[in-house]
Amino acid sequence: MLYSPAIVAEAVVNGLMTGAVYALVALGLTLVYGVLHIINFAHGALLTAAMFAVWVLHSAFGLDPYLAILPLAPLFFGLGYAVQRFVIGPASHGDDGNILLVTLGLSILIENALLAGFRSDTRTIATDYGFQVVEAGPLLLSMPRLIGFAAAVAVTVLLWLTLSRTDTGRAIRAVAKEKLGASLVGINVGHVYAVTFGLGCACLAVAACLLMPTFYVNPRVGNAFVLVAFTIVVLGGMGSIPGALIGGLFIGVVESLCGLYLGDSLGQIGIFLIFILVLLVRPTGLFGAKA
Amino acid sequence: MAEGVAKPVLEVAGLRAGYGGTEILRGIDLSVMPGEIVAVLGSNGVGKTTLNKVLSGVLPARDGTIVFDGHAMTGAAPETIVAAGLIHVPEGRRIFPNLSVEENLVLGSYRRGRERRAANLERVYATFPRLKERVSQAAGTLSGGEQQMLAIGRGMMAEPRLLILDEPSLGLSPLLVEEMFALIRTLNAEGLPILLVEQNVVQSLDIAHRAFILENGIFALSGPAATVAADPELKRAYLGM
Repeated sequence: MLYSPAIVAEAVVNGLMTGAVYALVALGLTLVYGVLHIINFAHGALLTAAMFAVWVLHSAFGLDPYLAILPLAPLFFGLGYAVQRFVIGPASHGDDGNILLVTLGLSILIENALLAGFRSDTRTIATDYGFQVVEAGPLLLSMPRLIGFAAAVAVTVLLWLTLSRTDTGRAIRAVAKEKLGASLVGINVGHVYAVTFGLGCACLAVAACLLMPTFYVNPRVGNAFVLVAFTIVVLGGMGSIPGALIGGLFIGVVESLCGLYLGDSLGQIGIFLIFILVLLVRPTGLFGAKA
Repeated sequence: MAEGVAKPVLEVAGLRAGYGGTEILRGIDLSVMPGEIVAVLGSNGVGKTTLNKVLSGVLPARDGTIVFDGHAMTGAAPETIVAAGLIHVPEGRRIFPNLSVEENLVLGSYRRGRERRAANLERVYATFPRLKERVSQAAGTLSGGEQQMLAIGRGMMAEPRLLILDEPSLGLSPLLVEEMFALIRTLNAEGLPILLVEQNVVQSLDIAHRAFILENGIFALSGPAATVAADPELKRAYLGM
């Protein structure tokens, strides 16, 4: 089956735009893994919670999903900080196996709380710009996805600058590799862990705000994203910020092209083929450090 | 030297600590006076590193008191201890391997000395010109000697009021060991009190004012460095004479 170049190009660009938001979800996952060395199983449930928060703010207060970033990013940062500092940290007793179970338990708790509160209905947000398109040469691009792409890239760059240029960022990277050394220069490791977890959750909140104009929410929606995000983290290299962005964009394109050639329902098959290939051929990922 | 009217910078009394059911430190009394180099010497596994970990708040004390600069520090968090100016350059350097040399130094002033960061950075580079040649290199790729310099430089960035050096000569070539002890003397000559924790008995006694010999969690011998060095038991056990 051959398509005209314009259609293929549009699929690629669409893939890039979806991929940027995937990257944002993966960013939180990879950051928490890189620093705390744990897989956060509650990541998907927290994304779902953030998406419901966007929906509630819109339906109850008429707040635009993009403007919802302003209250929700700090709120989820605080939420993530508190969860790590007062729940996951104390409950883990320094054992990674415990952390795994705590985050898994947390995800079950959040999902079921959302199920109890919102039922299993699928909900959407209607905005004026939901179906607006932008003409870029021969391509027709969805306006909200273009905004999502720009915002996701901006957040990634911002996060990268924070990690490389600020004392807090340096402390996060220091704790990732050398906890004792960090303590001895006066870095509070528990605080840095919580800040990292908070940043991961803030990324989710932004991703939720960018997704809601074109996507739906139900109490299980986050899991699909986290499965993709996990592939991105493995592809980009566990703990790598540039890896998450490039991996996310790549996975977005793969999904889009597979959807074009194999049909929408098989779009994700390419993602998981890549997942298996990466694990077989290059388990450290594109930007991953050797174990 | 500074015995008498001056108040000690660090005063430790009856310190006990350990891991699980094992008691490592079994009642330690120790003081460091202003301007002094105090050596804590002993072979592997007698509790030297445990003592340092307790002093820097990484490991809780089970009993006893730690007074630093007139403030009770027993049970204080590591960041409180660093903020007070008790800086511990740990055994094995514990630099941040994934960060650049400069970033390592900058993080040395994370909790203390942040206002004079730029000036202190220049001071460290003046002391260790070799680090200046490697500012943007990842610290993990430095040689052992350079990593030790970086660890001490990182400690200096916090403007220490007392510097604990844990095995600074460990793993260095004989030439670098000489250099390291000369450096410790230079730092001390500027008035910085130093608690030097070492296995290298001869060279440590050579530069220290007072010394403590740690054996099985208690001080077996202590006093002015010259007296300790002349002790027949020490000569037999540590110097093979």
